[in-house]
Amino acid sequence: MRSSDCIIIGAGANSLVAAAVLARAGRKVLVLERLDRVGGTHASAELHPGYRFDTAMTSLGWLPPLLSRQLRLSRHGLNVHWAGMPLLALERDGHSLPLWRDERRTVRSLRMLSVRDAERWPAFCARAARLAGFLRSAYMLPAPQVPNPGLGDAWTLVQLGLKARGLGRMEMLELLRVLPLSVSEWLDEWFESDLLKGALGAGGVQNINLGPQAAGTALGLLHHHVGAALGDIRPVGFVRGGMARLGEALAAAAQAAGATIELNSAVASVLVRSGQAAGVVLANGSEIKAATVVSGLDPKQTLLELVGGDWLEPGFVRRVNNIRGEGIAARVHLALDGLPVFPDVPSGGMDALGRISISPSLEYVERAHDCAKYGRVSNAPVLEAVIPSLSDASLAPAGCHVMSVAVQYTPWHLRAGAWNAERSTALRDNVVALLDAHIPGLRARIQAAVVHTPADFEREFGAPRGNLYHADLTLDQILFMRPIAGWAQYRTPVRGLYMCGPANHPGAGITGVAGYHAARAVLHTKP
Amino acid sequence: MLPGTPFHSRTAPLCAAHNWRRWGPCVVAGSYDLHPEREYFAVRTSAALFDVSPLYKYAIRGVDATRLLNRVITRDVSRCRVGQVFYTPWCDAAGKVLDDGTLQRLGESVFRLTCAEPNLQWLYANATGLQVEIEDVSEQVAALSLQGPSARAILQHLCPADLNDLRYFHVMGSQLGSVAVEISRTGYSGDLGYEVWCEAAAAPQLWDLIWEAGMPYGLVPAGILALDVARVEAGLLLLDVDYTSARAAAIEARKSSPYELGLGWAVDLRKENFVGRAALALEQTRPAQWRFVGIEVDWLDVEGLFNAAGLAPQVPTQTLRASVPLYLSDEWVGYASSTVWSPITKRYIGLAHLRAPHFATGTSLQMEVTVEHQRRLASAKVVELPFYDPPRKRS
Repeated sequence: MRSSDCIIIGAGANSLVAAAVLARAGRKVLVLERLDRVGGTHASAELHPGYRFDTAMTSLGWLPPLLSRQLRLSRHGLNVHWAGMPLLALERDGHSLPLWRDERRTVRSLRMLSVRDAERWPAFCARAARLAGFLRSAYMLPAPQVPNPGLGDAWTLVQLGLKARGLGRMEMLELLRVLPLSVSEWLDEWFESDLLKGALGAGGVQNINLGPQAAGTALGLLHHHVGAALGDIRPVGFVRGGMARLGEALAAAAQAAGATIELNSAVASVLVRSGQAAGVVLANGSEIKAATVVSGLDPKQTLLELVGGDWLEPGFVRRVNNIRGEGIAARVHLALDGLPVFPDVPSGGMDALGRISISPSLEYVERAHDCAKYGRVSNAPVLEAVIPSLSDASLAPAGCHVMSVAVQYTPWHLRAGAWNAERSTALRDNVVALLDAHIPGLRARIQAAVVHTPADFEREFGAPRGNLYHADLTLDQILFMRPIAGWAQYRTPVRGLYMCGPANHPGAGITGVAGYHAARAVLHTKP
Repeated sequence: MLPGTPFHSRTAPLCAAHNWRRWGPCVVAGSYDLHPEREYFAVRTSAALFDVSPLYKYAIRGVDATRLLNRVITRDVSRCRVGQVFYTPWCDAAGKVLDDGTLQRLGESVFRLTCAEPNLQWLYANATGLQVEIEDVSEQVAALSLQGPSARAILQHLCPADLNDLRYFHVMGSQLGSVAVEISRTGYSGDLGYEVWCEAAAAPQLWDLIWEAGMPYGLVPAGILALDVARVEAGLLLLDVDYTSARAAAIEARKSSPYELGLGWAVDLRKENFVGRAALALEQTRPAQWRFVGIEVDWLDVEGLFNAAGLAPQVPTQTLRASVPLYLSDEWVGYASSTVWSPITKRYIGLAHLRAPHFATGTSLQMEVTVEHQRRLASAKVVELPFYDPPRKRS
């Protein structure tokens, strides 16, 4: 029978980081991937001949410099381009608001909209940077162990962390105040312009089935702000050659360290002997022995399907079942035979273009969520589009472009029935009409349109309930409560079985860090 | 209003005392007479008929039924043959008892679990990934318990098969008159007895059949007060009286492991895994902290205490379901959870929980006795369970 020191299930970014770290520490590592490619949700595909799209993740989250450096990712071919204009907020009347990495340029464009907002922008950026800076330090550490979790412990730990990081008393109070706020409340404290608040606020509810008026959504905005340069807002990172290059670079790093990656190898179950992981059984029936198994799949698949109930007590199973996270976003990919006219974009802006936002006010976002609340697709969804071919001509034929639109809210579970071709088509038509109303002439440029619904994500990426993030990033599911309180150390009730997917601390959008921490947890555990 | 059981149309006219007591989701007769004494003696000398329909009952079927039950209960289901009945506790992940009951194996993959409290959610919670059908049949299935030395003779009049072949803690399908039943050689009395299970709709018919067959034997309809005396004599636990379910315990100290309840024999650590196994395997390696024992209170001592107050001795003629402190030279060492005057053994007995190291058989203790509003101490000693164990019980 085959054997290895460590088996890693899945070849998503976190799994590959874990593989690389473990292999570098001298472990014999075998990565088993169900699909015929690595990278997981960092995927690219030629959905239309000659057009290469980032099919799931349309922007790279924060990739800590520590990881890039340790794994020598640029040497393995990773090249990330950060958009100079991370956000272009569109209004139906043809107005638009560009936000820049350069704070002064943003202040200039905000002045057209609101002098008051323009004046407050630098202070807001500074505040967001400090608050996100705390999360950043917390994310770069494994979550603290909390034997008897409770709200008291949570705040104590948050406070301890803050003190340790040398944040002042006022700053600490401000963080404790802001995290549980709704993103609406927080932005209302700062700004008056609906367009600005709508575009920023959509970031607080990204991939979460909550509206911007829901408590705790300010956290969402700060989470995705982690790692941003001062002045930058909701940074947009494009991987040269397509998002799949991230997985390829990570795989190359893992292989260079000695890890073996096997594609087309689906794991059917995790073998457990006397409460200890003993290996895996592949879908083809063959067994591979290993005392350490690290799963990049989500906790429900890992524990309830691959392990099963024989080794998990019902209270634990109930908590795993209660992990919240149902897919709420879809993608519409458009192959364009040329660039439509974006009204109001200043000269040089198109080259720097990052995320195009149709989210004209917080009320618009809240109303879009109202539909999802009752199991319907939003009539007027929040759209966030990227055109990575603007900065990377290799993605489309000359003069042509790929446009990927993140659509929210499109619930995984529809009250009217399952997702089907008819519902996908209706979604596509609605999204195209909405885009066309904001970007005149867009429709005429469309050569092909491909829709990926949450049901497609589930089928293609194994995204649980269509959620690319595996578990919602909400206050009750972060830090030492991610994926569930008391089990945030990447360990499971089965000794030797670890989890490293984005449902673990620190979560999706913080590229590879869960995998990094999980690998360290493996290395720090005495056999 | 709490409903009656499927036998209510038959038990109500007999219940002269109108002494209805709540049991689970229904009301049943506490006693049919004003005092349960006649009903109790029927258990020990002729036969008594109890309506035990309020038990919670679950039908568990499917290819993974054995696997589910093996996750839940502490005994090894694979050792339970078709037609056998297991008495078993089940525990939470910390190895603390949630409930206890009987498991009937009616077919290779068909089981019936009976228990004192609802357990449907717990069964579902354990069924992750299993192909098993769990059905709450508490209302669909009615049950009578026929207990006493004449039980077999009465039932044999109705049962086509030879009841001598139905061994202790076994179950079989049968037909009594036109009623399809399962008969199990079980009971809660510590005497010879059977429990008969049928569809709720056929309940009145079943009652009438047994009632008529029992007439010549002096069959007595009996309520749960009589049963409560018999079960203490038999040394049988009662949930919420002798122990608290780990699910309901307000504090850790109120939870008990099977070992602490005298159910260590029902914990099969040879099974690779079940809920609570790790905790129980660890506990088994450590000296016991608590033990569930029988105590006998010194009659002369009790008599003396009451005499001193100018009273005839008073003892509980119905099971006292209250915690009574036990002392050893002024040190509190435990408590009796069920105490009663045992009519058949003529002893003042109790089921008790004692702390280490005071639980050895023969240890002398003092039990608190209230005499004319004042707390006194009477001598007691630890004795082996059960208090009453006639050979016919297993015959």
